[in-house]
Amino acid sequence: MFEPSSIIVGLEIGTSKVCAVVGDYGADGALNIVGLGQARSRGVRKGEISDPTLTEEDLRQAIAEAEQMADVEIRSVFLGVTGGHVRGFNNRGVHPIVSADREIAEEDVQDVVKNAKLLNLPAQNRVLHAIRQHFHVDGLDGITNPVGMVGSRVEVDMHVVHGILHRLQTAIRTVKGLQIEVDDIVFTGLASSLALLTNEQKELGSLVIDLGAGTTEYVVYSHGIIKHTGVLAVGGDHVSNDLAYGLKVPLSRAEQLKVEHGAAMVDDSIKGQTIPIPNDLGLPQKPINLEHLRRIMSARLEEIFQIIGQDLAQAGALDYLRAGVFLCGGGTRIPQIAKLAEHVFDMQVSVGKTNSISGLKSALDQPEFATAIGLAKYGSFQQRKRPKASLAGGIRNTFGQLFKHA
Amino acid sequence: MPSSDAATSSVMSTPDSNPSPELILAPSPASVAGPVVSPPAPRVATIKAIGVGGAGANVIEQMIRSGLGGVGFAVVNTDSQSLAGSSAAEKLLLDSKLLHGLGSGGDPERGRQLAEENLGNLKAMCAGVDVVMIVAGLGGGAGTGICPVLARCAKEAGSLVLGFVLTPFECEGGRRQRIAQHGLGELKAAADGVVCLPNQRIFKLIDENTSVLDTFKITNEFLCQGIRGFWRLLTHQGLINIHFDELCAVVRDQHAESAIAAVDARGPGRARELAEKLLTHPMLDGGQMLADAAAVLVSVIGGPDLTMAEIDRVMEQVNRHADRAQILMGAVIDESFRDRMVVTVIATRREGAHPKVESRLSGGGEGPLGEVFTLTTTRAGFRSGSRSSADAARARKGASKLRQGQLALEIVSKGRFDNSEPNIHKGEDLDIPTYVRKGMALN
Repeated sequence: MFEPSSIIVGLEIGTSKVCAVVGDYGADGALNIVGLGQARSRGVRKGEISDPTLTEEDLRQAIAEAEQMADVEIRSVFLGVTGGHVRGFNNRGVHPIVSADREIAEEDVQDVVKNAKLLNLPAQNRVLHAIRQHFHVDGLDGITNPVGMVGSRVEVDMHVVHGILHRLQTAIRTVKGLQIEVDDIVFTGLASSLALLTNEQKELGSLVIDLGAGTTEYVVYSHGIIKHTGVLAVGGDHVSNDLAYGLKVPLSRAEQLKVEHGAAMVDDSIKGQTIPIPNDLGLPQKPINLEHLRRIMSARLEEIFQIIGQDLAQAGALDYLRAGVFLCGGGTRIPQIAKLAEHVFDMQVSVGKTNSISGLKSALDQPEFATAIGLAKYGSFQQRKRPKASLAGGIRNTFGQLFKHA
Repeated sequence: MPSSDAATSSVMSTPDSNPSPELILAPSPASVAGPVVSPPAPRVATIKAIGVGGAGANVIEQMIRSGLGGVGFAVVNTDSQSLAGSSAAEKLLLDSKLLHGLGSGGDPERGRQLAEENLGNLKAMCAGVDVVMIVAGLGGGAGTGICPVLARCAKEAGSLVLGFVLTPFECEGGRRQRIAQHGLGELKAAADGVVCLPNQRIFKLIDENTSVLDTFKITNEFLCQGIRGFWRLLTHQGLINIHFDELCAVVRDQHAESAIAAVDARGPGRARELAEKLLTHPMLDGGQMLADAAAVLVSVIGGPDLTMAEIDRVMEQVNRHADRAQILMGAVIDESFRDRMVVTVIATRREGAHPKVESRLSGGGEGPLGEVFTLTTTRAGFRSGSRSSADAARARKGASKLRQGQLALEIVSKGRFDNSEPNIHKGEDLDIPTYVRKGMALN
């Protein structure tokens, strides 16, 4: 049995699965994964809960499994949230230094950060994360800590992720229905990137794409900071739906065909090949054309990458990706997906491995669990009194009031 | 002017070089008087604004003060006191022994009965008038009860009947709201067109510190602006005239609800400013009303310095946003408008105007294609998806019925995403299979 305070649980309510990861961080501050619980998710569409009752059952199952495996009682979780309504953008705050000696003090830094958080958001939106990027002092870029410097004007860039309050509250409420506290809510794209990237990769510039069932999240790092985030409410479910529509098969069959015969690229070798469909009733059935299947899938996946590419190009983030693209989420199970992404982005693409965390090997190797592991990692950063990495230092819990409402 | 737009160009007949008196709104006898033997054809359309009930009287009062030439004013009420305070030329007190001139007591049924009793007087009031504008506040006894009867009388007298009505603030209570909605329905059925101004929308235009008095003044002013815009169209000698016939053709027997917006700007950038104001106007639901409109009437008023380019800039925006609508446009020069430009837009949502189409469509969407295709645009699906507030959706019930019909024609279903929030990216619905949107053929 572990000390309850040293236990950190990351909970992801995904479109295809509910997943709880139990982490334990010891005296040395390293996170060790000790438990994992998952259940098929039935009440979620496009990353957002559409049937809280079903989700509550699934949650209970996943939590119970994780509790049993880790032999702990889960009292609170770090909850991952996503959905088409979650958006990220960069905002800049400016603060003039008025003191006689023009030395930048801690208070000035606090003021400039405060200024950067003054946003013009719609009334129903709430800030999920306000992540500090770099400071500028009198136009000098790339300063991580300006305290003690001399200048007349300090500016800070802030990456702000925000979403619609009510939709975020639905997830919190559902978890609270199980008598489990929510420590914080975290954008799942951010969590995945935490699990996947090393500091070096963040420094070089990387793109993390989490190909989920309902949504696809993407996060861009460069110079060690988050440059851009986004969510596309399109995922593996859409692939299955396209197949069901295009091949005229039921959705469950389409799902099965996707898993068994799907691939992200269309090869010339499969022309004219068909897949016989096993039949319980012995009735004659039209075989499925493999080429059609692949083309439908490929079109959808390519489009997802293209939309992300266009968004990044617009944000001017494409040129910073020197470490390449990292994929995670259930979508990485699709054969040749990395090759397709390479083709679209024209850079090195690899399936991300959750690193710098020790523990259950079986859990860490699965790309599906990157988000939940990242959530636990985020939690461990939060729990630590002194912030270590530049990223963790910048992440602030701006969500206190939200929990009071929920 | 974008002369390619057939609807626009047909309406915007080139300004006559020698404006003859005939140009001005001479109603063709057939369209105005129907089968009845036509009265001696008037050269200019006669307009009468009739205020009904307390609110109506107030608006009329405000109009008289601001001056509307060539319009006859009349007031009808059940309350003798309010009538006494009015400076309208014509006053009609509907009274019976039961009421002792104290009003209808907020009961529309009583208002209606009184009006029915005085049918003769009401008819006499409307006789020989080409356009009757009924101005009222709905939700009370007099306005709600009398309006539909008056509209019917005016219609029987052969006039074009337009209602300009206010509906109560939400804080005035559900009962008044219900009465108003019911009255609005009846008025719509009786009148040719109704411009309805929900008072509640005024909240978007006023700030916290606006006094009650000012608020009502603003609502009245809005109604006045609408009426004045209409009046200008009908009476002012325009550069680009709207003929009375055309107006009748658009409005008559549509029984539709309209929204009206008047915007005003000065200075060099006025055309751009006007277009911007127009598209964000709360009365037009931020431009949504234009998109839903079946007919849009635009009246541009400027001084002698009004340029064609400015008209073009405004009309371009209206045309783009109301691409499904029949657009009627008029431009008027007013000497007093130096450096100033005013655009009044009346957007008519055609509700229940195509009962045949609607019933066919709701019956499974198997209706004859010709009829349906005239209503279908490629953006229809996108629009129905982009609507947000439930409130607005309710208000647009009639229009959405038509849209449902259109969706039935669409062969692509969204499968499991049918009931979820649509995924619109650059005008494409991402829930529809990619290969379908890209037109890839599976052979």
